[in-house]
Amino acid sequence: MTTYYSKDHEWIAVDGDTATIGITSYAQEQLGDVVYVELPEAGKALSQGDEAAVVESVKAASEVYAPIDGEVVEANNALVDEPAKVNEDPEGAAWFIKMTVGNSDQLSDLMDEAAYKAYVETL
Amino acid sequence: MAETVADEDLKQTPLHDLHVELGARMVPFAGYSMPVQYKAGIMAEHQQTRTKAGLFDVSHMGQALLIGPDHETTARALEALTPSNFVELGHGRQRYTVLLNDEGGIIDDLMVTRPLSEDEDGKLMLVVNASRKDVDYAHLRERLPDNVTLEVIEDRALIAVQGPEAVAAVAAHAPQAADLGFMAAAPMEFDGIDCHVARAGYTGEDGVEMSVPAGAAEAIARALLADDRVEPIGLGARDSLRMEAGLCLYGHDIDEMTSPVEGAITFCMQKRRREEGGFPGAERIQGELENGPGRIRVGLRLDGKAPAREGAEIAQPGGPVIGIVTSGGFAPTVGAPIAMGYVPSEHSEIGTPLELIVRGKRLPATVADMPFVPNRYYRKPKA
Repeated sequence: MTTYYSKDHEWIAVDGDTATIGITSYAQEQLGDVVYVELPEAGKALSQGDEAAVVESVKAASEVYAPIDGEVVEANNALVDEPAKVNEDPEGAAWFIKMTVGNSDQLSDLMDEAAYKAYVETL
Repeated sequence: MAETVADEDLKQTPLHDLHVELGARMVPFAGYSMPVQYKAGIMAEHQQTRTKAGLFDVSHMGQALLIGPDHETTARALEALTPSNFVELGHGRQRYTVLLNDEGGIIDDLMVTRPLSEDEDGKLMLVVNASRKDVDYAHLRERLPDNVTLEVIEDRALIAVQGPEAVAAVAAHAPQAADLGFMAAAPMEFDGIDCHVARAGYTGEDGVEMSVPAGAAEAIARALLADDRVEPIGLGARDSLRMEAGLCLYGHDIDEMTSPVEGAITFCMQKRRREEGGFPGAERIQGELENGPGRIRVGLRLDGKAPAREGAEIAQPGGPVIGIVTSGGFAPTVGAPIAMGYVPSEHSEIGTPLELIVRGKRLPATVADMPFVPNRYYRKPKA
């Protein structure tokens, strides 16, 4: 399994032809207390850059974008009832969606952990 | 997350270094670098203020004096620009008002205090919004009569302490604070430092706002934060607290287009002024008082969990768009999203079902009474 990162602060863990997507610890810190999560239905087709989910803190609403093309396999509906999980375990239990890897070439548009870490340092 | 103003162009309050030391996340606000939250986060800071006490740096707000030859002259000069009664404002009393443009729209909302001492008759103290300082001061200078002058105060900071334990925490250093009634103000010493303390605020809780010498602001803030009951609170929680209290934020819930009747803040208009008029836009405002305004600010409760924020459209259930949300978000004490916005008066009755359109979805909502959380302003026990 390899984990990639986007400039929009999503992580994407690829295991064969399935990818799990969430927001990074940096993103949850910037958002602050998460109070609402809106997730797509399973079966929804997403293109790279499409709005995949919405995450709202007390302060503001933010979009979670699909880092690659694919179809939603499963949404983590536990987040709907417990949005605060996003603050507690953003890169673990608080994943947002699982999707198919529609075009693995797009993974090369993303950063690895070291590159993402360096990118966050510049912000 | 791009900041539109370069950090070096931002002004700093006298408490800036303390905010940074306390781990605040600083953001640009009305030309100032201000703390939006500290390490605890908005939710915890909100609850801290509702249950114990929070310290807010509001030094970015404008402090100024109107100075005239006697109280009546200064009060009448301000009455000519606002719909409130200042002639009969007592010594050491504070009042909320609005500066009106000639169309009856709101230039700014502000607090006005008459000094406690008779020796200072002829002075009124103003606290105005940071974002409106320049506009307000230019307007006042243009409209005040020659014998009443505006003196802007640049060498004082403003610290708010809010919450059920706020006054006790302040009174440990300034015992006279405990004697103030709601919307009363007095000069007093805080650990020997000359301050001016008003029992008022912007959270719906009991508390004070203290005008303090800029050079002593940090010492005062540190003395208060050393008290276990007090924690620092940023602008994020200040916003969620004021929304729950049903209070307006200038530039969002009220602006130059809205009148005080539309804004549902007619409590700033005392009886004599409503009847006599004599303020800018009196024709419109008195007409709205008599016949009801065409639109009015209402509170909104959402049935679901999704927040509706500023700019969301308000619609009749399954019907046309009839209004717009001016403030909204998750309300930590309510435990649900709340909003406020403008609707035509015929749709403003408490309990009216409406829909708020968020990302193309129609979210069911209901017109609700404000405040969303009961006010706990201090009421002096009757002797």
